Amino acid sequence: MVSEQAVWDVAASVVDPEIPVLSIADLGVLREVTIGDEGIDVVITPTYSGCPAMDQIRDDLAIAFSRAGLTDVTITTRLAPAWTTEWMTDAGKRKLTAFGIAPPRSPSEPMLCPRCRSGSTTLVSEFGSTACKALRVCDECAEPFGHFKELI
Amino acid sequence: MKPLFVYLLRLGDDRLILSHRLAEWSSRAPDLEEDIALTNIGLDLLGHARSLYQYAGAVEGAGRGEDQLAFHRDEREFFNLVLVEQPNGSFADTIARQFLFDAFQLPQWRELAGSTDEQLAAIAAKAEKEAQYHLRHSRAWLVRLGDGTERSRHLMQKALIRVWRYAEELFWSDEVEEALAGIAVVPESLRDEWTSTVTSGIAEAGLELPATASTRLSGRTGIHSEPLGRILAEMQYLPRMHPEAVW
Repeated sequence: MVSEQAVWDVAASVVDPEIPVLSIADLGVLREVTIGDEGIDVVITPTYSGCPAMDQIRDDLAIAFSRAGLTDVTITTRLAPAWTTEWMTDAGKRKLTAFGIAPPRSPSEPMLCPRCRSGSTTLVSEFGSTACKALRVCDECAEPFGHFKELI
Repeated sequence: MKPLFVYLLRLGDDRLILSHRLAEWSSRAPDLEEDIALTNIGLDLLGHARSLYQYAGAVEGAGRGEDQLAFHRDEREFFNLVLVEQPNGSFADTIARQFLFDAFQLPQWRELAGSTDEQLAAIAAKAEKEAQYHLRHSRAWLVRLGDGTERSRHLMQKALIRVWRYAEELFWSDEVEEALAGIAVVPESLRDEWTSTVTSGIAEAGLELPATASTRLSGRTGIHSEPLGRILAEMQYLPRMHPEAVW
């Protein structure tokens, strides 16, 4: 009998196709794993309603489970409660910074350039290369960078 | 047709058609950042439409899924606002159309998040967060163009006047909404907030509020302006030619 933790670990091996340094567990997209009489139920929640990565994540999950020899897995998409960037793990935020993307912040945290750590940056556009990112530029080192914008 | 099914189509069709219009800006926007912004907003709207259609299909119970509802209905079976099907025109025209819609959809989602229908409330709670970004975007451009050069101000004012005749339809409702007390939001209840958002934006932009005007068309019952047929022809052509095709 497989444990819920083992199933979680398999699911958590799936990464965001656009930001491959983040696992779906880091993102807070993976919500719940339960094993019942009916089989295994895995619950995920979408980040942005229109994010095309969700279809890919669902496919990648199915592949990961089949590779791990897990059958009888139902993948359920749950909308409520709505995803928030507050569900992103601290490890996920650190990985984002190392990848060159400014992570979502709590209201008290400063916005820092992921490259030179300068606190002086300018918003270029609230919409970036993916639904979840805004585009900023660093005033000190001139690096343009994505900011995983807060959705609270 | 069940009132909830019709209501979900009204909500979904607004978003599908507007998202299609915004997608038409892809590679044509005034600058690269704006190209990305408009298509991002369109993608959000498409995501909302998909959620609404999936639910509508389940409510209808006739085995129709999101693709069936998007690609295999004719013009008269679309219940979107005439506002959202209007052609993009200039960038100012697009911003005017978007601003009037964004100012409406934000409170609409907020109120729907309190719907007694759990699924609709869940879709709305999620969409509301995204819609805040949309309104900030269109309002910022309204102000920037209105408060910009003489030419941008002229184009923005003209655009507002052009689109204004379609605004009154935002508040149109009939027995569908009436039958869904507690589930649907009666659009008239959003009028005060919409008016205040729109007038404050127009005032900050230094523009003039257009005189009241309206149109006899009623998208909510399937009576549309000519451009909708052309949108559908383009959007539905491929899936109708190859109904069994998959990606």
